[in-house]
Formats: sequence, structure tokens, C-alpha cells
Amino acid sequence: MVRAGLRTTIQDLGRVGLAHIGVPRAGALDAASLRLANRLVGNPEDAAGLEATLGGCVLQPSHAMTFAVTGARCALSVDGRPREWGLPVDVPAAATITIGSASAGLRAYIAVGGGVVVPPVLGSRSTDTLSGIGPAPIRDGDVLPVGPPAGPPPGVDVAPYALPPTEMTVRVWVGPRDDWFTPEAVHTLCTSTYAISTMTDRVAARLVGPPLTRAFTDELPSEGLVLGAVQVPTDGQPLRFLADHPTTGGYPVIAVVDPDDLDSIAQARPGTSLRFRPM
Amino acid sequence: MRVLRAGRRGLLIEVEDPAEVSPWYLAFVDRRAAGLLDVDEIVPGAQTVLLDGVADLPRVAADIRTMRVASGTDPDASNHKTIEVPTSYDGLDLDHVARLWNTDRAGVAAAHSSIEFYVAFCGFAPGFAYLGGLPERYHVQRQSAPRQRVPAGTVALAGGFGGIYPRESPGGWQCIGRTELRLFDLRANPPALLTPGTRVRFIPVAVR
Repeated sequence: MVRAGLRTTIQDLGRVGLAHIGVPRAGALDAASLRLANRLVGNPEDAAGLEATLGGCVLQPSHAMTFAVTGARCALSVDGRPREWGLPVDVPAAATITIGSASAGLRAYIAVGGGVVVPPVLGSRSTDTLSGIGPAPIRDGDVLPVGPPAGPPPGVDVAPYALPPTEMTVRVWVGPRDDWFTPEAVHTLCTSTYAISTMTDRVAARLVGPPLTRAFTDELPSEGLVLGAVQVPTDGQPLRFLADHPTTGGYPVIAVVDPDDLDSIAQARPGTSLRFRPM
Repeated sequence: MRVLRAGRRGLLIEVEDPAEVSPWYLAFVDRRAAGLLDVDEIVPGAQTVLLDGVADLPRVAADIRTMRVASGTDPDASNHKTIEVPTSYDGLDLDHVARLWNTDRAGVAAAHSSIEFYVAFCGFAPGFAYLGGLPERYHVQRQSAPRQRVPAGTVALAGGFGGIYPRESPGGWQCIGRTELRLFDLRANPPALLTPGTRVRFIPVAVR
């Protein structure tokens, strides 16, 4: 990894089943894009790859391998020659792979044939940025172990993939704590436009828009959180939890994003307008 | 008891009395072990149990309403191990807690080590257990401003809970002592020493 880029971590599909001891799930935020990148290079879908925030990485393989970039749209070149995004690319040893800054979307996924085979921690190779479990975020000059290729890549011609829009409608399940808010608050959430704030990372994305007013202000006893929960702290500005979210929290959750919309919302850049539509 | 929807694949079971959480949690764990419940996560909270990644949500929601769980009891001692925590009572807030409890430093150690705690739920950090069982007369408010660095192994109190910091982190709990026990070890199975339902007893090794 010659140049790591802004924020690049190793991700697979995360650690499931440990929330009861306080271990977050982690895993690729846009899991569909990681799965696709893995399929393109002939890996099992759950192999570990790289999640590069806004792209902008340079890699140099020690031996000939196949790689693919999906997710956020990035210009791609190998030894200065442009190559196709979203397709498997064969590269010789010591080539320079340059992944440009993302022109659309937020998180690029880089898969290599054989996968990134750092030692798994608690069943996953994912970096969990909240608790620090798993490999450290990638830095310039890091050497990453790559496994033996599972088989020849499938030889896909076109990988269908929709570019992330600048305005999104997100389906939500109202609750579980909608009764902690005024009736107007749920109406406000489902009829207003919220912008994704620049305060967004792998833990949560803050949303900017009309505040959501609580019906009462008691402290909510800590309770388990699900992926996609829209939690409302005391200032009334909602935030949406992503894969590195804490396992329990003490602010009420007014709604939960439908799992089918998690991948696309993970590609929404700060400034993107969101509308929530109740299921 | 109320069953709330938490997204497409989640159910949040809310109980009246926090003492009912552990029996419900353990009942769900048993049902999963018996192949009667297909879920990704069973997560106890202060007054809730979350089921996440529920495979057949309508059926599970209906089953919950027919479940009979012994309420108002602590977890069954015969099924669950007790972890003993050797503790040096020398925390930065030991004098403050002694004043609140109307006793001295040795009195805090004696009272705290006589309480039978149990792991109510986890959170805040991997392996951080909220320990229930603290009698109401011993409840203490958290500090008005959290400390930047609380060392790993710090034994502390906040509200109605006890806790032990599994690693150095910021924190606002009242620090009364410390232990050398390793609370979270990635190579152990399970990695957390204190899992929900575990009974916990503090053993004084020094009072300074």
C-alpha cells in the first residue's frame, strides 16, 4: 500500500453475534459493493478487501494478481494506463495501481484475488474504528498479506451498478421509541429533508434538518441498538448509526433504516439530501 | 412486558422491572441453544432485551407472548458461575464515595465486597459489564465532568451500577479501586470475562 488515502480500512462482512459483550459488528458499510468486488476477482463474497473513503490510493502488488474496484466511482490506472472501474483487472508484479479520488459516492471497495488475509480477530478481519478491534487503519507503506486465489475470475463483461444519487429516499421502520417523541416529531422526520453532515464516519452520520422534539426528557435506560438506527440525542438533531455503532445506547431511537437501503445510504456524501419514507 | 419493533429484523422486549432482564435474556439464550430461536444477536439492556437478525419475526413475536419467564428474580445461581474480582480499594473517588455512604474507606470496601453483583448487560466498550445488584442506598451520581483517562482494571460505580473498565478510556464513573484481572482477551473464548448473567463478587486485597 504505497499511499493509503484519506481513510482506508480492511473490511469483510463483520463480526456478528458478539453485541451482548459490547463488540460492535463492523464490516463493509456498502456490503453489496464489497461482495461484487469479491465476485469480480473470483473470491468468496465474504473475503476481506479494502474500504477506501473517497478513493485516492496507490497500491503495488508483489506478485501478479487480479483486482477490482467497486462502490464509489474512481478513475483507475495501472502503470499510467487507464483501466475500467467495476471490472476485474489483471496486473503484473510491481505494477503501480493508482485509484483516483472518487467522483461520485463515498466509499470505494478494492478486492484482490485471494483476499486480504490479515489474521482474523473474533471471526472477522474487519477494522472496528469504535473499539479498535481488528487491524489498524491502513497507513502509507503498509504491506498487506494476500491469500492464494480461489479460482479464475468469472470473466464478467459488465457489472451492473447504480451510481449513488445526490438526493435519496430512504425507507424506515418507525420505532422502537417513537412514543418518546411528540406526534409532530415522527411527522417531521417523514416529511422533511435532512442533509448528511460532514460529521460522518464509520460509527454514525449526523443529519442536519428540523429538530425532533421529545415528548419527555427522562434518561432512556441503555438498550441494544440495531444497524441503521436513527437515534436522537438531546439537541434533537438525529444521527444514523453505521456498522461500527456502539452495541447499546441511552438516547431514544425514533426509526430504523430498512436493510435494503443501508448500502446506498453508505455511499451518500456529506450534503446529500435524505427523505425518510415510513414502511 | 412490551414487544417493540426495531427495524425490519429486530424486536425489542421491554420489561417492567430491571430484575426481569436477566431471566428473559437467559431464556432466549436457552431457546437459541435448543434450536427454537434463529437470531443473530441477543442483547440485554437495562430494561430490555434486543433480538436482532430475527429469521422469522412474526412467529418469534407471537412465541414471546406465550413465554413464561420467572420474573423478579436474580439469575439462577446454580446455572451461572461466579467470578471473584480481587480488588485494591484505593480509587481516586474512594473518599468521596465513603462520605456519600456515611462510612470510611474500609467501610466502602466492606460494603462493596459484600454485595452480590450480576452482569446486567454490556456496552460502552468490549467487555464492559454493567453490574446490577447495588442496593439503592449505595447509588451514586456519576462525576459532573468525565476524566480523560481511567486506567484499565478500575473498579467504579455510577447510578445503580457497578463496573470495571476493561481498558484505559475516558470515563465519568466514581473510581473506588482496581483489579489486575484481565476483563477482555481476544484470544479467550468467550473474549469477555463478564458475560450477561454472570455473578460477580469483589474480594478486597488491600485498602489504602
